[in-house]
Amino acid sequence: MKMNGARILLESLKREGVDLVFGYPGGTVINIYDELMNVREIRHILPRHEQGGTHAADGYARATGKVGVAIATSGPGATNTITGIATAYMDSIPMVIITGQVPTPLIGNDAFQEVDIIGITRPITKHSFLIRHAKDIPTIVRKAFHIARTGRPGPVLIDFPKDVQISQAEFKWPEAIDIRGYKPTTEGHQRQVEKAAEMLLTARRPVIYVGGGVILANAADELTQLARTLQFPVTTTLMGLGSFPENDPLALKMLGMHGAYAANMAMTHSDLIIAVGARFDDRVTGKIATFAPHAKIIHIDVDPASIRKNVRVDLPIVGDTRDVLAKMLEVLKTKADKLAAQQQAMEPWHEDIAGWKEKHPISYKHSTTIIKPQYVIQKLRELSEDDAIMATDVGQHQMWVAQFFEFHQARTLLTSGGLGTMGFGLPAAMGAQAAFPKRQVICVCGDGGVQMNMQELATMVQQRLPVKIVVLNNNFLGMVRQWQELFFDKRYSQTCLELPMDFAKIAEAYGAKGLKADKPSEVEQVIREGFAHDGPVIMEFKIAREEKVLPMVPAGASLNEMVLNA
Amino acid sequence: MQHTISVVVENEFGVLARVAGLFSGRGFNIDSLSVAPITDESLSRITIVTRGDDAVLEQITKQLNKLVDVIKVLDFTDGSAIEREMALIKVTAEDESRAEVLRIVDIFRAKIVDVTPKSYTIEATGAPAKINAILDLLRPLGLKELVRTGAVAIGRGAKGWKG
Repeated sequence: MKMNGARILLESLKREGVDLVFGYPGGTVINIYDELMNVREIRHILPRHEQGGTHAADGYARATGKVGVAIATSGPGATNTITGIATAYMDSIPMVIITGQVPTPLIGNDAFQEVDIIGITRPITKHSFLIRHAKDIPTIVRKAFHIARTGRPGPVLIDFPKDVQISQAEFKWPEAIDIRGYKPTTEGHQRQVEKAAEMLLTARRPVIYVGGGVILANAADELTQLARTLQFPVTTTLMGLGSFPENDPLALKMLGMHGAYAANMAMTHSDLIIAVGARFDDRVTGKIATFAPHAKIIHIDVDPASIRKNVRVDLPIVGDTRDVLAKMLEVLKTKADKLAAQQQAMEPWHEDIAGWKEKHPISYKHSTTIIKPQYVIQKLRELSEDDAIMATDVGQHQMWVAQFFEFHQARTLLTSGGLGTMGFGLPAAMGAQAAFPKRQVICVCGDGGVQMNMQELATMVQQRLPVKIVVLNNNFLGMVRQWQELFFDKRYSQTCLELPMDFAKIAEAYGAKGLKADKPSEVEQVIREGFAHDGPVIMEFKIAREEKVLPMVPAGASLNEMVLNA
Repeated sequence: MQHTISVVVENEFGVLARVAGLFSGRGFNIDSLSVAPITDESLSRITIVTRGDDAVLEQITKQLNKLVDVIKVLDFTDGSAIEREMALIKVTAEDESRAEVLRIVDIFRAKIVDVTPKSYTIEATGAPAKINAILDLLRPLGLKELVRTGAVAIGRGAKGWKG
């Protein structure tokens, strides 16, 4: 049956299992929106800004593991998606972004609302497609989803000129696709896995260092099983939080710039690091020259380019982390005697770690007169459901969440780790809530970042998405202020937000609920009330203005050179 | 160290931009670049001459392989390939220098492809080092204009790409 290009696109999305898209109409996507009225299987959420829509699709993808889909019109609609695309790209989030484009004959003519979005997004997409003929749409959509979700996932952009949306073609779904230049290695090499197992069993001071790759590959169970089988301590990156239960005795918690003392000391003194789906980012390694000086490194990653990019690696294993970890568990099953001998030999190591944990646990000084942000985060954990999804923005509050909100489950932390995007949390939480209407979704923001995409409160109210938004208000751009305090002689250049905002009132103006607390004694009550409310809420907490995120490894310092009190 | 990399890619629009963008975005050097379709016209071959140590070259190769439109990356650094480049060179050729230019052209087995009373235009082909050598000799005589294609390379014998 012949249909127009816009309809072919929607039929193709249906075949890919898409049931929810975030999009914003405009001149060059109006035909898609017209056809959308005939397609009941796809729910559409209208954000108030294309950046919000893109982050929402990203949050949806992070929470579900499925491909998030965003639609924007040409020109400014398309350029508004860029921060969202770059955020997803840096964190390897599977997304398909569909942008309208001016009619094919006008491309290159500086037409109204024309922009070369494929050119602009080339460095921040895994791949992109320009649709030239309506008959090609099903194949392009299938390829786009395949590329987005396989290998190291990432965003794929489809640019869709208006004339092709109108032109007619036969809808034919391809049974199979073959992309000759794209064959990611997903199965770990058995011999490499066996070599790794030998190294594991002779290590005396091992650490498992886990990144977001474990969550992306749904390998948290295998990882947890491996750590417990070997009795190896586990540290996670920001992106890896949730892949290993932080209340497990083997958990070292997060490492790196604002990581736990025990985690950074363990890395520094380790004789074997097993990096799983992590990429040795500068926020994790500190000064590269002094990073883990005694350790051999096994690096498991689906992306060969991540291996040996920043650090030397003794044994690389390219493959899906889940496949590799499962194979490793199989190999270890045959080595029970060696395992037992090793557990004994590792006793001094476990004692060292217990000592570091006890010496400098992640902590803060409580106050009865002023609200400490860390106290709010602890209360949030205490009062929230175990499978609650937590979204954050970027800055101090993000680090406090990472340090004090104990994560037990994969895909429960949505945060912009790579790009560090302020304004990400609120729309990402909205996307996750749309995916899981019944689960508790919390978004913790600062008073800076929350104002970057606050317009999405309207979307939450309209779509009945009961996100619990927590604003830790110190009236500062706190992380930059902290750097200015520590490294710039307290010269607070442009980091004081000056105007004291009433966030509760803003919530009310949008038709959401607004709550606030000024004193520590009010914190619990506000959280209880906010959680109990059946709808979106802003809970504003006036926090200690100059509270710092500690401990801290100053930029460029070694991991063991931590500022513990300042 | 200089490396010659040959990249087999889909012959589609935007692919060259993707490859070139990868080099500029990640701070890799391009000394020269040439591109044209090959026997299978759905494919093109890009020859890139670049510089860097082993770690840089490993990253370049891996990042190129990550591009969806890249089919194969061949590294010809170890002398396993024949490399050729063509140059069109316009030199001043007046009175006493006319004969000297001709001698140089003859020695390098190059060709004069355009003649005017005041200049010769020379077509020279060879390994990039040979082009550099002829240029060094011609420069004192008055180099007016130079165009080089950039190197192309093909593997010796069984080495290389089947297409």
